[in-house]
Amino acid sequence: MAETNGMTTERRQRKVLEVRNLRVHYETPTGDVIAVAGIDFDLYDGETLGLVGESGSGKSTAAYGILKLVQPPGRIVEGEVNLEGNELVSMGDGDFRQIRWTKLALIPQGAMNSLNPTMRVYRQITDAIEAHEGKQDKEQLRERVLELFRMVGLPQRIYNMFPHELSGGMKQRVCIAMGIALHPTVVIADESTSALDVVVQRVVAQTMLRVKRALGVSMIMIGHDMGLMAQMVDRIAVMYAGKLVEVAPVEVLFDEPLHPYSQILIDSIPSLQERKPLKITEGITHDPRNPPPGCIFQLRCPHVMEHCRSVAPELRELKTRHQVACHLYEDDGSLIEEAQIREAG
Amino acid sequence: MAPPVLEIRNVTKIYRMSGGFLSPKKEVVALQDYSLTIEKDPASIVTIAGESGSGKTTLANLVLGFTPLTAGQILFHGQDLATMNRQQMLNYRRNVQAVFQDPFGVYNPFYRIEHVFHTVIRHFKLADNESQAQDMIEDALNVVGLHGVDVLRKYPHQLSGGQRQRIMMARVYLIKPEVIVADEPVSMVDASLRAAILDAMLSLRDELGVSFLYITHDLSTAYQVGDKINILYQGSVAENGTTVQVIDKPQHPYVQLLVESVPAPDPNEKWDTEIELPDEEVMRSATATGCRFYPRCPKRMDRCLEAMPPLYDIDGRGHEAACYLYEEKAQAAPVI
Repeated sequence: MAETNGMTTERRQRKVLEVRNLRVHYETPTGDVIAVAGIDFDLYDGETLGLVGESGSGKSTAAYGILKLVQPPGRIVEGEVNLEGNELVSMGDGDFRQIRWTKLALIPQGAMNSLNPTMRVYRQITDAIEAHEGKQDKEQLRERVLELFRMVGLPQRIYNMFPHELSGGMKQRVCIAMGIALHPTVVIADESTSALDVVVQRVVAQTMLRVKRALGVSMIMIGHDMGLMAQMVDRIAVMYAGKLVEVAPVEVLFDEPLHPYSQILIDSIPSLQERKPLKITEGITHDPRNPPPGCIFQLRCPHVMEHCRSVAPELRELKTRHQVACHLYEDDGSLIEEAQIREAG
Repeated sequence: MAPPVLEIRNVTKIYRMSGGFLSPKKEVVALQDYSLTIEKDPASIVTIAGESGSGKTTLANLVLGFTPLTAGQILFHGQDLATMNRQQMLNYRRNVQAVFQDPFGVYNPFYRIEHVFHTVIRHFKLADNESQAQDMIEDALNVVGLHGVDVLRKYPHQLSGGQRQRIMMARVYLIKPEVIVADEPVSMVDASLRAAILDAMLSLRDELGVSFLYITHDLSTAYQVGDKINILYQGSVAENGTTVQVIDKPQHPYVQLLVESVPAPDPNEKWDTEIELPDEEVMRSATATGCRFYPRCPKRMDRCLEAMPPLYDIDGRGHEAACYLYEEKAQAAPVI
């Protein structure tokens, strides 16, 4: 894989964030909805990890779990999130407040309503800075905000404006500026560009890439647009019904997806290069309160076997840095005999 | 020759904002001098694409009769909508159906899915008796790849977004309209389920001869199923042609920018150029006269400010772009 960020391989192998067995449930009168059903993944220094899945797959909930922003009736049931040696899930609120923004920041879907409509743009940013670093010299603070504006390509004149005076693309940039204001180690971008028009989306995406490279932050990018993922991320993690089903370098996932769900996902990407025939898949998922025993994808899987209905597959590393949770494969990544026979037949 | 099914003739829609205390009255031109013809035969899927604010949803609302026109005409089989009597209007409503963006909001959560079908059958008196109605419903569901036993007795929340949207397609199939206005029908449906809805559109076109006004911001699904495409920029047409012509060889500078901005779903083909946007004020101050794209255009000329460029025929095969760059290359085509 190309070292897109000009980083040393050594840095690239240092884990900055480790997520272990993270479970998030939402309470409902008829039982808990299992939004995130125990996921494990690592984020390496300087990399961008894409987290994809369809609506309701738990990708945003997982991110909010890492950020400890899960709101009731949701709750983190169990799990560990290690950020450079600090365990976040068990950490007290006071300590965690120190980490939010300075080590772990969120870039929300800012075009919608993440900014305070009654506060001028600069105040939104200076408030965050002062909350963490204490009162500061006004002139210095102003310089810092303007420097952030320059980085994300915002003009100086919006300094005193209100959010409603800005376009969607500009509001998104303000959110990016806020996210990086305190030089966090890890930035989580939640569908940060999906509400924007195509051309603006591309410009904002470029800004994010540029800023990320300049600051060397590690990033988790949540989204559902596979085209954007292909452009922006180094590795990609595919979520389905609260579980990670496949994690791989982005080129590998696009070229050779192994999990049947990833295969459907890749197959269904519409392209502007060729008019390919439509691939139709059935879309009935299980009740999230009551997942079936065995594999979570069994109801939609075209290759489902008897075994899949009773035993849930573990996420296993089948090839270097390529993890898949599927019974179709041997430990070395080759198809198991039963699947080979079926494929031949 | 028989008049076309639907003809939109020089339609303009201006929204007038009353203006509040201290703020002046404002006029927003949502659609300007827009024309489009949908022929009966062969049925086609016509894509209307553009960014937010380009006027595509305004167009849908005009065709569906939700908002009145400011100027121009909409003709259905040669008859002006404005002069239709009650009976003719009912006929129009029956023959021009809509599928909306949100497959969650269109259902009444208290009723089972079958209610949707029974309502239209009763309203349009489509069936003589119960068993005929059952057969019709089953038939319609099969066209969109569903089965009655699986869905009819269920409640909307028990189905996926993709299934709900396909049931809307089955509903319009039952009515057998001539035109379906589909406003972003797949944008709220997950990628892996979109194909089934697009496929339902193709079956309706091929088996029933239904034409579509497919309104979307997503060029890639338009490319998969669309026959013709019409790209709007700030209320007027930037480029017209078959979907393949326009997307493979975009001519208008805006459309070129648009096509180039769609992220390629291939990690080995990363963006290698940077796109710059001019200042916000410049972009927003749409020129009152002249080309709307002027403030952002990389190839702008002085004359672009003088008057709106008409649509120029580029290759003599219906590929048109509203840009003075093509003035000499083509003889000016009459604006359709």
